[in-house]
Amino acid sequence: MSQAASLTRRRFLQFGLTASGALLVGFRSRAMAAAIPAELLGDDLVQLTAFVMIERDNRVVIGARGCEIGQGVITSLPMMIAEELDVEWSKVRVIQLPYGYEVVDGKPRNRYGDQFAGGSTSIPNAWKDLREAGAAARWLLVQAAADAWSVDAGTLSTEAGHVLNPDGRKLSYGALARTAAARALPDSPIPTKPPDAFKLIGKPTRTTDGRSIVTGQNRYGIDEYLSGALIAVMLRCPYLDGSLESLDESAARKVPGVLDVVTIDGPKPGELFDGPLASGIAVLADSTWAAIQGRKALKPVWKQGPWKDESSAALSASANALLDAASDGIEVRRDGDLAASRKHARHTVSARYEVPFLAHATMEPPGALIELRSDGALLIASMQNPDGASRIISQLTGLAREAIEIRLPRSGGGFGRRLQNDFVAEAVLIAQKAGKAIKLMWLREDDLAHDFYRPFGVHAMEATLDRRNRVAGWAHRCAATSRTWRTPGMQDDPLWKGCLEPDDFPAGLVDDLEKTFYPIESGMPRGWWRAPLHTFHAFAVQSFIDEIAYEVRRDAVELRLEMLGEPREIPYRGHGGPVFDTGRMANVLKLCAEKIRWSERRTDGRGIGIACHFTFGGYSAHAFEISMQGNNLKIHKAVCVVDVGRVINPLGLEAQIMGGTIDGISTALNLAITVRNGEVQQKNFPDYRLLTMADAPGNVDVQLVDSTRDPVGGGEMGIASVAPALANAIFATTTVRIRKLPLLPELMRML
Amino acid sequence: MQKPNQPPTPASPDTISKPAPTPAPLTINGKPYFHDGDPDMPLLWYLRDVLRLTGTKYGCGIGACGACTVLVDGKATRSCLTTMLAVASRAITTIEGLETDKLHPVQQAWIENDVAQCGYCQAGQIMAVVDLLARKPKPSDADIAGIDNLCRCGTYPRIRRAILRAAALSEGKAS
Repeated sequence: MSQAASLTRRRFLQFGLTASGALLVGFRSRAMAAAIPAELLGDDLVQLTAFVMIERDNRVVIGARGCEIGQGVITSLPMMIAEELDVEWSKVRVIQLPYGYEVVDGKPRNRYGDQFAGGSTSIPNAWKDLREAGAAARWLLVQAAADAWSVDAGTLSTEAGHVLNPDGRKLSYGALARTAAARALPDSPIPTKPPDAFKLIGKPTRTTDGRSIVTGQNRYGIDEYLSGALIAVMLRCPYLDGSLESLDESAARKVPGVLDVVTIDGPKPGELFDGPLASGIAVLADSTWAAIQGRKALKPVWKQGPWKDESSAALSASANALLDAASDGIEVRRDGDLAASRKHARHTVSARYEVPFLAHATMEPPGALIELRSDGALLIASMQNPDGASRIISQLTGLAREAIEIRLPRSGGGFGRRLQNDFVAEAVLIAQKAGKAIKLMWLREDDLAHDFYRPFGVHAMEATLDRRNRVAGWAHRCAATSRTWRTPGMQDDPLWKGCLEPDDFPAGLVDDLEKTFYPIESGMPRGWWRAPLHTFHAFAVQSFIDEIAYEVRRDAVELRLEMLGEPREIPYRGHGGPVFDTGRMANVLKLCAEKIRWSERRTDGRGIGIACHFTFGGYSAHAFEISMQGNNLKIHKAVCVVDVGRVINPLGLEAQIMGGTIDGISTALNLAITVRNGEVQQKNFPDYRLLTMADAPGNVDVQLVDSTRDPVGGGEMGIASVAPALANAIFATTTVRIRKLPLLPELMRML
Repeated sequence: MQKPNQPPTPASPDTISKPAPTPAPLTINGKPYFHDGDPDMPLLWYLRDVLRLTGTKYGCGIGACGACTVLVDGKATRSCLTTMLAVASRAITTIEGLETDKLHPVQQAWIENDVAQCGYCQAGQIMAVVDLLARKPKPSDADIAGIDNLCRCGTYPRIRRAILRAAALSEGKAS
């Protein structure tokens, strides 16, 4: 009998989540072959809940449900389950779970709960349900032991994969698993451990699949092959909303290995971005190299779309013109009476800051392997949003979503790029036209020129100061390419959504405050880019505070602390709310100031800069000590202090904060996507120069604030305050104030 | 039929290669291979598409990022710009061939320092460092700064620590 067949007869417990997030417990039979790789199905493997399998020799397999994009969820989420299950981490083997969509009793659900990777939500969501999933499996094992010994389950305890009897006897989970799996879970919630009993949560833990990464065995989306699948490489229209006028594909078809050439249409101007991003031509071949050669041999004539006059310079001019005219702005928030504040002000300070479009530039470019059959489909791709991929495939093929199998390999970075599934839509359309399974490969040139870019905008800041040089009034006016434009699901959102947040600092802390948004027209597709609106506006807010401090000769840290005021919680309606804790913000700022020795004046040609920001429930502060060495900016010290509540895996969180800081430095110093004549100008890494080892700080001094509060995530907390802290350090070093990102080209221009 | 979820079946010399007069045979991870296809095909795509040695990654195709770094006769080389013709008669080591009876000290140091985040660039980083340490067993800061492979996740500080650790491990092995 095959292993899979023997398992179909086993009954196992099933978890799922309702839309409200409540935990459901199901009990049903099901073939497991689709969910679990065959090589892991030993004869003695018993499934306990959707996440735990136990082998007779007491080894434990835990399923990781998240999309692993480098943020560490393949380690941190199973840690929560292992903690509650009470097993030794060294005995745990983690496997990646596939996408868990299913229909039960006519209702759709995900058997694994939340599998989305965005908004730094994996940790807080898992904190709510995965600990209980681990506790449920443990509960079943304890009940099974109680039956075996005919004792009250309440007298038993667990430790390191065993149920302990007070009389000294013990039974391994492996020995109990079969009888445990036959039991039903209670209707009442199963209690989880008190945090002071945690043994694994809070302990530095290495990436669970680290060995397979360093030996080249780990398989990313790009590493999957399917027998019979052709490799597809595309050439897309270089013009925003442009189209294919004519095509000579004869030379491409003559390239050895090229088997087919198909075209697909992009969205029409104005349509939602819910399919391919651009019109393009796909060359299908028996190898990537042949497909690339075929692509080079294509002779298309592209037609410009409605954006042929669009350029970054024109966007900047129109943003500034809107801010100059100061009419028809959209009110984002208004407190008190700013006009009166202006009238009574002893000082008024104002400045404008410009932030560019950004590309995600994941090291692994987008791509997808797809097989369409009449009765179902298989998708293997590096992604952040499998739910969206499932919907798109269903829409384009008419297949029921439960007939679409989606596997979630490790992804070579995400940063928000893979929240979009345009590459999945492309793969489906190509596979339909070719009538074959295909593996779509994006080249780097495709990736930089066809992205959902972080919006472009100009922030006009104004502050009024009273006689004691306290900030009394604050205006933040932002002219930007709206994030919501042509975005499915955001059509009804206000245009400022994703660019400005009504309750971000210093809202609620300054009596007279106005935030206003001015949308500017652009054909550039927009998306979420790591800590999206926070990297977009923190540069302006936190640079401006420094400018105010300089203007009225106040200490920049003291001014921030004064604005934050007494430690208290104030309402915060954006993602990461419902409150913003001024005390936690002040705490990370003070700790960061201590670490950079803020009060010590530098006299050796070096300067220091500091900034702080609240991102998605996490509090962070950055400080840098720098000097200019000719045209090179040298970072001597980089500090980041973060408070994200309880830390699940300190080693992983430190990596996220260190990595976020370096991403922030890389982006702030050098990165911008620009557009000219309706065409993105950056083609490959030489035009979009990521930081290298030579220019990166040797270390990032990361301090994680010890906390017992419920955890928030960590992937996006280490970046927003980087750019302003660097700009402030540049000012301290050179007395040149940079108000435009990226910093280095602007600094070279001004020096 | 190859199932996508199973480990790739690397084509063995017997099954995929035919003896060919030109170009000359090459050695990959100690095994002989013959390539009788397009001599201009970059080594990267031969490794990935033909041999299914997918540890070597595509990142840019123009030699700018280093994700595709392999050793050619021990020297770190960008396989996306290296044609099959250019590696005739050469000995190539990929990330899959680095581990012999145990992990290479650089791999060991990478694990100890938990370097990888997304991990996609790390095979290339490791191959570049293996070459560096072979030339400079005690690398200076400037030597380390000379590693110009890109890491989008920003793991550079841990890479730096892992290089120093690998140097120490290698020294211990030598003595």
